Amino acid sequence: MKKRSSTFYLLMVPVLLWLVMLIVIPHLDLFFKSFRFENDDGLVVFSLNNYLAFFQDKIYWLTFVKTAIYSIGVTILAFVVTFPVAFYLTKIISKKYSSFMVLLLLIPIWIGELVTIYGWMILLGDRGVINNFLIKIGVIDTPIVMLYNNFSMTIGLLYMSMLFMIIPMMSALESLDDSLIEAASDLGASKWTIFRQIIIPYTTPGIASGGIIVFMLVIGDYVAPNILGGKSALWFTEQIYNEFLATFNWNEGAAFGFLLLLLSSGIIWLALRLTGQKLEKVGS
Amino acid sequence: MSYVLEIKNVTKRFGDFTAVDSVSFNVEDGGFFSILGGSGCGKTTLLRMIAGFEKETEGDLLVRGESMKGIPPEKRPVNIVFQNLALFPMMNVEKNVAFGLQRQKIPKQDVQSRVTEMLERVGLVGFEKKKVTELSGGQRQRVAIARSLVLRPSILLLDEPLGALDRKLREHMKIELKLLQKEIGTTFIYITHDQSEALVMSDTVAVMNQGRFEQLDTPKNLYKNPATSFVAGFVGESNEFDVASYSDGALVTKNGCRLTKPGLDFQPKKLFMRPEAFILSPADDLPDIERIDMKVRTILFDGSNTKISAVIGQSNDEVLISLPQNAQFEDLREGDAVKVGIHHDDLKCYQD
Repeated sequence: MKKRSSTFYLLMVPVLLWLVMLIVIPHLDLFFKSFRFENDDGLVVFSLNNYLAFFQDKIYWLTFVKTAIYSIGVTILAFVVTFPVAFYLTKIISKKYSSFMVLLLLIPIWIGELVTIYGWMILLGDRGVINNFLIKIGVIDTPIVMLYNNFSMTIGLLYMSMLFMIIPMMSALESLDDSLIEAASDLGASKWTIFRQIIIPYTTPGIASGGIIVFMLVIGDYVAPNILGGKSALWFTEQIYNEFLATFNWNEGAAFGFLLLLLSSGIIWLALRLTGQKLEKVGS
Repeated sequence: MSYVLEIKNVTKRFGDFTAVDSVSFNVEDGGFFSILGGSGCGKTTLLRMIAGFEKETEGDLLVRGESMKGIPPEKRPVNIVFQNLALFPMMNVEKNVAFGLQRQKIPKQDVQSRVTEMLERVGLVGFEKKKVTELSGGQRQRVAIARSLVLRPSILLLDEPLGALDRKLREHMKIELKLLQKEIGTTFIYITHDQSEALVMSDTVAVMNQGRFEQLDTPKNLYKNPATSFVAGFVGESNEFDVASYSDGALVTKNGCRLTKPGLDFQPKKLFMRPEAFILSPADDLPDIERIDMKVRTILFDGSNTKISAVIGQSNDEVLISLPQNAQFEDLREGDAVKVGIHHDDLKCYQD
């Protein structure tokens, strides 16, 4: 092996410090905490009780499963919603307009998730813009409840994560040569076949990397489920939050945190296997 | 004679720009037809209209007597080989070739046998499972052609497919393509800016310029008897001169070279002379020869393509003359005076 100079090690110090102090140590600490349990005598012992509690209480694992299903759902929805947009921006309008439009798409990110979520509250509320408008034009008499449920939560999650799907998909679509589409059409393929056999396989790495980002953002999000979802839309991060800051049971919270980490890693692994993608390729 | 393709007054405009200007021609079945022209002459637009990717502004296209108006690319009995080939990178060789057949309602084993047969034809047996990215330029070329030909189109359109290859391979593919076309018998319409490709491979060549056909002829005629000054200048090498005056067979170029060109019934503006039309030190008894005294300016050695650049006596006109590759003119040196002859018929004059 090549002998490294001392400068190399010196330059490594900030990176290592960052990795060890901010990632490795806190995670190890939480990992050990998750096996710590205060027994009836007030003694802290090693136990699996924190994890058992998760399976014993129905509300925990129901929320857990719901979070998983909704996260997958939002990811798929994000793909369905953004694919036409990405296609339009890369293949239909000229480059000049498309970069301007991407800039417009970026604006919600600049103001932050919290502000955009309050924006959605203004839109979706009982006296909100949409209800007011529908009542004005006489479609409905009483406002539709759109806020503080799974619907509003899904919209919030979708809105804040969408952009992270569009960008990798656009770069994948940009590299797709138009002549491939023309060639397929020349060989007799219908629009649907071109989409399914040419565009989708070609952009799969982009879709996968966008999908992973969206999925991780959604499954670990707290703001949208908490504010837009309200009391009726439970999310697993809220359970973790409660353990840490409402009941001050850090040990339980740590166990939940690790369960969520396992869940998201497991689903991503499964999704990559199912689509035949390699993590290295998707990550690049 | 039935035509496989009839183009009737086809015009294509993009805004104010007329890319193809009222072009009409017919292509005979089973031939190798080339459209030769510089970039921006409208040849690609014409090809894309035949394939169905562009809609003609005016006129009509008929394939085997049937109008192609309103028929989308996927329904036309023509297939195209793209300039960049456009092979599907996520599929292997076999799947690329089978793609078109799978779009039709053909039993699986028939698809398989036709793909195998086609791959045999283009010499790609054993490459079925290879990724297209693993192939060489020539092999990719053959996959692209096989992918289109397997559908047994009435016409195969080729959009400068040899452009991306290196020179050696291009020379090789030229011959291969011509042989393949003869063997299969499908009509090829080939567009190119490379005159050598067009001349070597084609039965008929159309020279296109500014959206119009300048001349439609056999390669030999195109070279021997260019119909317009554009063709004379574009196809093959030629010495080009502006004509200052002409009367009673006496022609004077702008730079003051005097020549005899009998029998013109129009006022020529341009004069073309091919480098190989010149005869160095012509025998005294040759008839109808214009004899010119020249002085060798420099010798441009290029193997079998060696030329001399010579100044015509009493003028500033300079011409390129092909040097025969026998020992006869071996000792020709810069500054030597030479007598050069050219047949009156090889003085090509044009009105425009």
